[in-house]
Amino acid sequence: MLQLDAKIPGGPLETKWDRHRFDLKLVNPSNKRKFEIIVVGTGLAGGSASASLAELGYNVKTFCIQDSPRRAHSIAAQGGINAAKNYPNDSDSIWRLFYDTIKGGDFRAREANVYRLAQVSNLIIDHCVAQGIPFAREYGGLLANRSFGGAQVSRTFYARGQTGQQLLLGAYSALMRQVARGQVKMFPRREMLDLVVVDGQARGIVVRNLITGEIERHTAHAVVLATGGYGNVFYLSTNGMGCNVTAAYRCYKKGAGFANPCFTQIHPTCIPVHGDYQSKLTLMSESLRNDGRVWVPKKAGDKRRPEDIPEDERDYYLERIYPSFGNLAPRDISSRAAKRMCDEGKGVGPTGRAVYLDFRDAIQRLGQAEIEARYGNLFQMYERIVAEDPYTTPMMIYPASHYAMGGLWVDYNLMSTIPGLFVLGEANFSDHGANRLGASALMQGLADGYFVIPNTINGYLAGTKFAEVTESHEAFKESEAEVVAKVKKLLSIKGKRTVQDFHRDLGHVMWEYCGMGRTDEGLTKARKLVADVKAEFWENVTVPGSHTDLNQSLENAGRVADFLEFADILLLDALARRESCGCHFNEAFQTEDHEALRDDVNMAHVAVWEYAGEGKEPIFNKEPLNFEFVKLATRSYK
Amino acid sequence: MSSKSINLTLKVWRQQGPKAPGRLETYKAENISTDASFLEMLDIVNERLTLEGKEPIAFDHDCREGICGMCGSVVNGRPHGPQKETTLCQLHMRHFQDGDTVYIEPFRARALPVVKDLVVDRSALDQIIAAGGFISVNTGQAPEANSLPVPKDKADLAMDAAACIGCGACIAACPNAAAMLFTSAKISQLALLPHGRPEAAKRALAMLAQMDAAGFGNCTNHKECEMECPKGISISNIARLNREFLKAALASAEEIPAATKKE
Repeated sequence: MLQLDAKIPGGPLETKWDRHRFDLKLVNPSNKRKFEIIVVGTGLAGGSASASLAELGYNVKTFCIQDSPRRAHSIAAQGGINAAKNYPNDSDSIWRLFYDTIKGGDFRAREANVYRLAQVSNLIIDHCVAQGIPFAREYGGLLANRSFGGAQVSRTFYARGQTGQQLLLGAYSALMRQVARGQVKMFPRREMLDLVVVDGQARGIVVRNLITGEIERHTAHAVVLATGGYGNVFYLSTNGMGCNVTAAYRCYKKGAGFANPCFTQIHPTCIPVHGDYQSKLTLMSESLRNDGRVWVPKKAGDKRRPEDIPEDERDYYLERIYPSFGNLAPRDISSRAAKRMCDEGKGVGPTGRAVYLDFRDAIQRLGQAEIEARYGNLFQMYERIVAEDPYTTPMMIYPASHYAMGGLWVDYNLMSTIPGLFVLGEANFSDHGANRLGASALMQGLADGYFVIPNTINGYLAGTKFAEVTESHEAFKESEAEVVAKVKKLLSIKGKRTVQDFHRDLGHVMWEYCGMGRTDEGLTKARKLVADVKAEFWENVTVPGSHTDLNQSLENAGRVADFLEFADILLLDALARRESCGCHFNEAFQTEDHEALRDDVNMAHVAVWEYAGEGKEPIFNKEPLNFEFVKLATRSYK
Repeated sequence: MSSKSINLTLKVWRQQGPKAPGRLETYKAENISTDASFLEMLDIVNERLTLEGKEPIAFDHDCREGICGMCGSVVNGRPHGPQKETTLCQLHMRHFQDGDTVYIEPFRARALPVVKDLVVDRSALDQIIAAGGFISVNTGQAPEANSLPVPKDKADLAMDAAACIGCGACIAACPNAAAMLFTSAKISQLALLPHGRPEAAKRALAMLAQMDAAGFGNCTNHKECEMECPKGISISNIARLNREFLKAALASAEEIPAATKKE
């Protein structure tokens, strides 16, 4: 069994983080030079961690699969970043941001972690402004805010519709400044294929150089994993094409617990699926729901064009069912409502799997120029893809796989169950419970990287004895041999189906049986179907080219192979969670109004899966969630 | 969306590695939905090549939402293809006619060598940013965010410049293979904000020196970069870069860095 000590400091919630920082051992400035830290991934979490650790004087080696550390998928986050500044004077506070986040996550996150997140949120805004991030401003020159789902206050800071891009470029520029100083050594186009554990400590990684195909060994005193989420297990998702579970999954196989894998967020506002050649789905920012109204025709099967449907024959169902939050109901709730409308035959568009997001009233109220200023780039993106003008015809949207709340288990220090392996950002499980609120992913990625890890890693490095480990250590040889064997195996199968074809099959199964509505029968069936896809993959996949140069088919084959194994843990976790909460909706557990029905007596825990060896069922562990400061309440947005 | 299918002939640049000779190869792209994106069309061609036992066409891509800057090829002579302010991943096949022949080549510039097929090495752009494309603030040092107001018009102009995705299309479009639009976008963003002023002179000098050292050309006002930029970055940023550079060179105490040789 895993040792799941969350190391949550005692005492009042408001002072836990301060006390913890005081209690942690420190590394003095001259000793920091003696430590090497590996950071894998250069999204918001990895980029900000690399820069901040290097600023402290640590020797950092940073790896990413892209050609540059400016491209990770954090860049595609559109709407904004939350902070408890309370600039609009609308009664926001650290406590309210904490409470909204805990409630938004359907009471399945740790109080102490979430409170710390809310506490450092304000520091993030200060830091990003100082970095030169061009946040939206009022005419007086002060920062502007807007509102987002799951909150009744305006606490979201934004840079037009490309907040993620601007924040990531800020972290990237800070990282490149440290590269120029020689404090970070940057390794782009490298894919981590194994974690190297020596005497129970994470001491390095094995990577494949994606240009030359060489397998490289890198040692360190600690490894920081910031490799994002696994939404591409659904094949079609809003994730970038390269997003994958491989690094996290290899850590799992080396002993890191995987927490709450079934908590996968389906985002309500994406451009609907329209063809089987489609490679990804595009998100339309939740911020659009500030001004857009979601509706379907009242009558099932109504095929009239939207402009021909009179006002009294439209059902603005979010406003009707959730009057106090309206179109800004949280993501899980909005997604399920859209699915329900389409299941009832009220869906629109060529496939009937879409609902309208209509800006007519907002344009009448504010004028087209104002709407363009707020959402211009999103409207343009929609027009490029769909070839319809959303200023005159309502957008069509449908939910799609977007974000993974689940991830590797970490304690309060963001350390996994493997000593010396830290996990940040979307790759960990810690802050969003069963559902993430909008504009909270950017906040968490940067909180972890800029403000948490630079503190907590000191405690580990100062309090740990390190043996001398070089690249020729036996553990590196074994890891490399395994990696090479797998690469060669993939190339040797020479079957009849492409990697993408298998990925598409996996995605169909996962979306059908483990998407917005789950049942025990469906999940059980899906386990069998996934096992079949996996078995065929290893007999019938074809991977062209060689392993000695740039081979994108080979890269993708390795990632899909890991998704095929990982999917089973996701399904198992969904089966084991005997309740509905947040984004996890098992149809057997619902209220009369079709809302999620939690079981706080038996299910208020983190489910943590432990690798038990090839072909064996993973071992279930749990970390109980103790709520000392908030009262567990039925989550209502009505 | 009114969907139909078209057939195309592709002439694609294939090159095994940086030192290997390249050539245009001909492929059929058949039965392509006009609702597919350009990269989805390449996916389909690649799947068919794979099933024929051939090596698929290597091309960089990731977000497919026009924001990561990873994709980009020269399509019929134009970086990112024919549609204005559109990355290749956001270009859809409805902009092509049945029977068209489409030429697909990598971005070409001495400072962006081909890695394989349509993939190029853009690390020279990272080096320009490393030379000075930042504000020197360590985590923890920042004052309260609203302590320094920024006029809205300045913030908006800074955002216009900051929209650059670092794809390199401006360089591929420029007859001089200049990286002036890319470099000026970052210099402008930071020069327009009060937070960036303390280092403005040093930044302009260092970034331009690195740009020269990497082997990029200089601007001679062809404006091709602005025409092809998928994010609509204006060449008025290059004018601002020139002003910043002149101010720094003539009126600041900063030394002009000697051009460093590229490794």
